Amino acid sequence: MSDEITFTIDGVEVTGTQGQTIMQAADQAGIYIPRLCWHADLSPGGSCRVCTVKVNGRAQAACTYPISEGMLVQNETDEIREWRKSIVEMLFVEGNHFCMFCEKSGNCELQAMAYRFGIATPRYPYMFPQRDVDASHPDVFIDRNRCILCGRCVRASRDVDGKNIFQFVNRGRETRIAINAEANLADTALSAMDKAVEVCPVGAILRKRVGYAVPVGKRKYDHEPIGSDIEARRAKS
Amino acid sequence: MISQKGLRRVVIEPVTRVEGHGKVSLLLDEKNHVKQARLHIVEFRGFERFVQGRPYWEVPVLVQRLCGICPVSHHLAAAKAMDMLIGADELTPAGEKMRRLMHYGQTLQSHALHFFHLVSPDLLFGFDADPKIRNVIGLAITPKYKDLAVQGVMLRKYGQEIIKATAGKKIHGTGAVPGGINKHLSEQERDVFLEDIDQMLDWAVAALELCKSYTRDNLAKLKDFGSFPSNHLSIVREDGCMDLYDGKLRAIDADGKMIFDQVEARDYFKYIQEEVRSWSYMKFPFISKLGPREGWYRVGPLARINCCDYIDTEIAEKERKEFMALTDGKPNNITMCYHWARMIETVHAVEKIEQLLNDPDLQAGDLVTRGERRDECMGILEAPRGTLFHHYRVNEQDQVTMANLIVSTTNNNEPMNRAVQKVAADYLDGNEVTEGLLNHIEVAIRAYDPCLSCATHAIGRMPLAVELRDAHGELIDSRSKGA
Repeated sequence: MSDEITFTIDGVEVTGTQGQTIMQAADQAGIYIPRLCWHADLSPGGSCRVCTVKVNGRAQAACTYPISEGMLVQNETDEIREWRKSIVEMLFVEGNHFCMFCEKSGNCELQAMAYRFGIATPRYPYMFPQRDVDASHPDVFIDRNRCILCGRCVRASRDVDGKNIFQFVNRGRETRIAINAEANLADTALSAMDKAVEVCPVGAILRKRVGYAVPVGKRKYDHEPIGSDIEARRAKS
Repeated sequence: MISQKGLRRVVIEPVTRVEGHGKVSLLLDEKNHVKQARLHIVEFRGFERFVQGRPYWEVPVLVQRLCGICPVSHHLAAAKAMDMLIGADELTPAGEKMRRLMHYGQTLQSHALHFFHLVSPDLLFGFDADPKIRNVIGLAITPKYKDLAVQGVMLRKYGQEIIKATAGKKIHGTGAVPGGINKHLSEQERDVFLEDIDQMLDWAVAALELCKSYTRDNLAKLKDFGSFPSNHLSIVREDGCMDLYDGKLRAIDADGKMIFDQVEARDYFKYIQEEVRSWSYMKFPFISKLGPREGWYRVGPLARINCCDYIDTEIAEKERKEFMALTDGKPNNITMCYHWARMIETVHAVEKIEQLLNDPDLQAGDLVTRGERRDECMGILEAPRGTLFHHYRVNEQDQVTMANLIVSTTNNNEPMNRAVQKVAADYLDGNEVTEGLLNHIEVAIRAYDPCLSCATHAIGRMPLAVELRDAHGELIDSRSKGA
């Protein structure tokens, strides 16, 4: 029996294999579904909801929802685009994101997403939360002002590095990333080469003293919007 | 303190055709005699406080947000301080020369902006010409000056493109990093600039000629316009040559006598102090050993030409000699000669850009270097408006714990106030106050090309005076702190 599954995304026929998520099948077909907490090397988190699509009329996270034969997926509708935009805008106002001097600028997935959605300024009021900075580690810097609680570091440290250094604490708007030490990042087993450091989509976990080594014009999203690499696959096929 | 009873207050707010926001207040008696004239800086920035806690490599990109006109100056001064922090005492040739190219591009665009857009309407139409025409648009629509306006725009564009090619963006780039630079100049970029360099030099020289002949033709009026003897301070190279990017501090008095020379950036605070006054957000720096009353000084193009022994580019050096001949080789204390000096520097910047574009070091070699880490650092630079000081302390976790900035315009605070007082006394005193006469005051301020938004840094040390007055203006009560 073939394990091929055929379904549609916005009316386009897509073929995937049994066990794939909607996002995996869409990526393969060159259809970009925006995402922030998802990372190719990690198990899906399903927490940011930027990848929300409608499956047979119901909202689902594309990064965790498995494909099935004949399912109708809606991705690029005005309604869904508006949901995603709102989520990204809320992420901006919930933290303290100053792109103008952030060293992640140009390589930041949150910023790139805002550009892709044409967000000039959020429609919600800024919350200006009090967030702390942990510079105690000799090689890694944590700036919680920029954290979007995607949980990539949590999953990477647990599943790839095997160190379990990061974890969520508190609830709701008080949620933040904690570390498995009494006070300082320096007291954990974190190394600058850990996957947990590499996968941060924003400028919250950074390798120290790298700064602005990549000039403007050579950064990841300087010329093409986020998702262009996936969409290029469709153009080729 | 002057009693305000019976006096009339005239306020020029905002002061126009300068960067940032400031106001001038004049107190006049019933016969229009000027009792007090002050330039107030009404903005507040606070960068010295909110840079605390940030990692040091972020500082050159963060603090340049002080300004949208000469961010490159803050970017480079902070980067130079961070060079000292990480022990990069000598940059690689590519690092040093790319930064210099960025800086000369900045000097060119800033000086061009000031002369063509902000100042030339005063000079070409007259200080009291109709304000409807006394602006850069007026210049562009007057057939006689149309070409000049276009040249101004193109010169500035050229400088901005140099900045983009070296810093990554025309405004608020990221090129200068601790220990060097993050890119080379490609041959393709270089060739585009070389194509237009002769034209830029011609236009810069023409603007200098225009400014020079204007000054000579009107010397009788300009000689005393907002003028006074003063000390002058700038960076010079070890051999006394003008150097806008790097060197040591030199200060001379109004007659050219050396006050100090070859002072290293790291020792600036032993020679310069800052005073705070209750009525302005801008501090008043002075030379320590002369005290606040005698130790104030001027910075910027006039001070730089006065302080240096020579300029190491051909046309600018010839022009410097001619400039100095006007005052028989003694320091030039004519405030309106700032413009002439600024245009000599504009020519110098273009000559320097040409030299650098022909230097193959821009295309190859290491970009950054580092040495032994320190915990305190200073960077000084000749920004378009004058000497710029950046001073930081950084903890062992790489976070900034202290920042002090003495911004170019801040150095000129006392001189600008003196110029305002002098013009008010010479032109307004006893006369009916008209827009044209008030513009005379602004003309004196504009000579310094102040960047008022950059220059407001008095947090935590600002003395505050509050006065409670009744409906008739009578003082009922007052409270003050720190003054």
